[in-house]
Amino acid sequence: MKSLLNTTSIVAAGVLAVGLAASQPALAETDLVVVSWGGAYSASQQKAYHDPYMAANPGIKILNDDSASEGLSKLRAMDEAGNVTWDLVDMVASDAIIACDEGLVLEIDPDTDLAAAPDGTPASEDFFEGMLSPGGSNCFIPQIVYSTTFGYRTDKFEGGGPTSINDVFDLEKFPGKRSLEKKPIGNLEWALIADGVDPSQVYEVLSTPEGVDQAFAKLDTIKDSVVWWTKGAQPTQLLADGEVSIASAYNGRLFSAIEEEKQPIGMMWDWQVFDIDGWVIPAGGKNIDEVKKFVKYATDTQRLADQAKYISYGPTRHSSAPLVSTHADLGIEMAPHMPTDPENAKTTLLFNYEWWADHRAELDERFQAWLAN
Amino acid sequence: MASVTAAPEVMVTADGTPLKVSLHRALRRNKIRAFLLVLPLLAFLGFTFLWPIGVMMFRSVENSLVSTVMYRTVPLLAQWDETTGDLPDEAVFEALVQDVTEGFKNRTIGKVGTRLNYEEPGMSSIFRTSPKKFKKITEGPYKEKVIEAHKGWGDVDKWRLIKREGRPFTSSYYLAAIDRKLDNLGSITSQPAERQIYVKLFIRTLWMSALITGLCLLLGFPISFLLATLPTKTSNLLMILVLLPFWTSLLVRTTSWIAILQQHGVINDILVAIGLVSDDARLGMIHNQIGTVVAMTHILLPFMVLPLYSVMKTIPPSYMRAARSLGANPALAFWRVYMPQTVPGIGAGGILVFIIAIGYYITPALVGGTKGTLISNFIDYHMRVSLNWGLAAALGIILLGLILFLYIIYDRVVGIDNMKLG
Repeated sequence: MKSLLNTTSIVAAGVLAVGLAASQPALAETDLVVVSWGGAYSASQQKAYHDPYMAANPGIKILNDDSASEGLSKLRAMDEAGNVTWDLVDMVASDAIIACDEGLVLEIDPDTDLAAAPDGTPASEDFFEGMLSPGGSNCFIPQIVYSTTFGYRTDKFEGGGPTSINDVFDLEKFPGKRSLEKKPIGNLEWALIADGVDPSQVYEVLSTPEGVDQAFAKLDTIKDSVVWWTKGAQPTQLLADGEVSIASAYNGRLFSAIEEEKQPIGMMWDWQVFDIDGWVIPAGGKNIDEVKKFVKYATDTQRLADQAKYISYGPTRHSSAPLVSTHADLGIEMAPHMPTDPENAKTTLLFNYEWWADHRAELDERFQAWLAN
Repeated sequence: MASVTAAPEVMVTADGTPLKVSLHRALRRNKIRAFLLVLPLLAFLGFTFLWPIGVMMFRSVENSLVSTVMYRTVPLLAQWDETTGDLPDEAVFEALVQDVTEGFKNRTIGKVGTRLNYEEPGMSSIFRTSPKKFKKITEGPYKEKVIEAHKGWGDVDKWRLIKREGRPFTSSYYLAAIDRKLDNLGSITSQPAERQIYVKLFIRTLWMSALITGLCLLLGFPISFLLATLPTKTSNLLMILVLLPFWTSLLVRTTSWIAILQQHGVINDILVAIGLVSDDARLGMIHNQIGTVVAMTHILLPFMVLPLYSVMKTIPPSYMRAARSLGANPALAFWRVYMPQTVPGIGAGGILVFIIAIGYYITPALVGGTKGTLISNFIDYHMRVSLNWGLAAALGIILLGLILFLYIIYDRVVGIDNMKLG
């Protein structure tokens, strides 16, 4: 095929682009489409993984696609259409469980597909317990521990900003617009906790119809003041623009808005929701061998620790944790900005991704109906 | 004279064929030639218009998934009498275990769960957790073990649902699209109140589109009148002002409205600066119905102005002068003489704007927040996010039917022949 193209390119010298591409087979580029969340998060991946990998492998070009927030549904649509154009997709664990169950993504074997720790510990033991097989599925390649928490405008509240989740739902003490993610996940849990439900019982309560009603009723109290966000970069932008006073956001986004962009934003860690984020490899992708090599490289001990230099998300490997040090440009110590720091993690909710994998469909539908009514 | 005529002679052409036959041939040839000329267009229309609509209609009732994946269980269920309230017999449970296990291996059973979950919340979790537990079931009695694996299988209603949705065609998408559903025994009931949404959205879409059309007419009529009556040089300049936004990207225009209307946007900043509004009571003009109406009126205005203008252009100014000279005052002359002649333009512009508005989704999605979204945003949601394509198709067909219905009414009341685009 290449020789055919070569011949054609000589004949059709006018078709310059084809000629150039085909006459240099040694540099034939493989484009890997990596889907991620955009903004500061994609930037941190770019610096920690993509740039060094492309520098070491001149034949590989990594293209970013920022549609991770619609990752699962777009992957389904691609699968249905029989044309998978993505090579690697960033997903939260609950979506990865569903994608794995539906056969949309490849199963992986941690010990052969992922790099061992520098001291020889196999990957299956080096990653934090249970993270490689959320919900019993074996497709997930964990990268970071992150949390969804709250940021607020420090200049909006004279008596100090909100300090607890109850304040988020208290429009009288803390007036102003809120921004929440346009998903039931996280919001329902917070609504119940703010409504006085024992945080350890949240998922039991949510499993009952009355519990769901209670959560929506609590959200009703602030519904008219909420601007809903769908992409990770939006809430910090809304805060920076002064469009909202309090917003839920991923902690790394808030970090970069506060420390890198010096916005007048404060963090409120009360009942931050922990979750893990990672990669899945779409089945039917066109460069599976190449992407597996990339994944092996990008999830090794040093690389995962490197990402924490650019954004305040914790690495998912035991061996990476001691390597986390200071921010690459600002030089500040990263540890106090990690969601897992004891000072920040006084009250945390462990996001129950298995529960959400089971209930996602019906609650999404109910949430959409609730929004439009 | 009478003596001259014999039997009427058949007129023939030069080569002897009767003229009538020859004329027929020539006409037929012309017809075929004309047909061949429009054939590419017909093929194009068929391929890009009729075929997709046909596929959409098919999608809205097609329901083969459950019976394809559960090909052992579904035929057996057909013999089961669901009205007795008894569970299906042992053979069905055995078939279920085989189907679910095979479907798990082929990665298709999850889709069945998703499909059935549209009808009854909770089904997807049953289908998600069952396969791993079914692995342990290698021999009978299947019934007991299956129910032990997940107690949902002991619920007759779940089986009724599988039997119903095992049929190759379903009405459930259409029912869901009008906030109805089939209950366990197959009669139509309302969805629970917290899930009712589509009827409300259809009504909202209709009245908001009507409002936008009305506003476009209100704003577009004077503009068109001005364009049609001013000297050509000035009116051409004004015409460019109408067309310029028309040529600008839709997204650019929509985002500009966000910049203008938002809380810290141009209008609010001005109102605060001149002290009309206090800083902490800025007006919410975006992410609600106001935002949708304002942005869409602006975007659709040219569709009203252009047909109105081209109709007004053809009304001779002498009519108005004649009315005036016959004693009508300006208002009466305008109302009785000028207005009636613009009706074809109003009709054309109104229909254009209304039909475009009813299916609009980009602008409402960006500026509509939650209260200013239209039915098309939900079609989009089901196409892209929830991937419930059957429901999206049903909503689309209902929307199409609604537009055709309104079109027919318009034809009856105003008459479609009365419409003129220029």
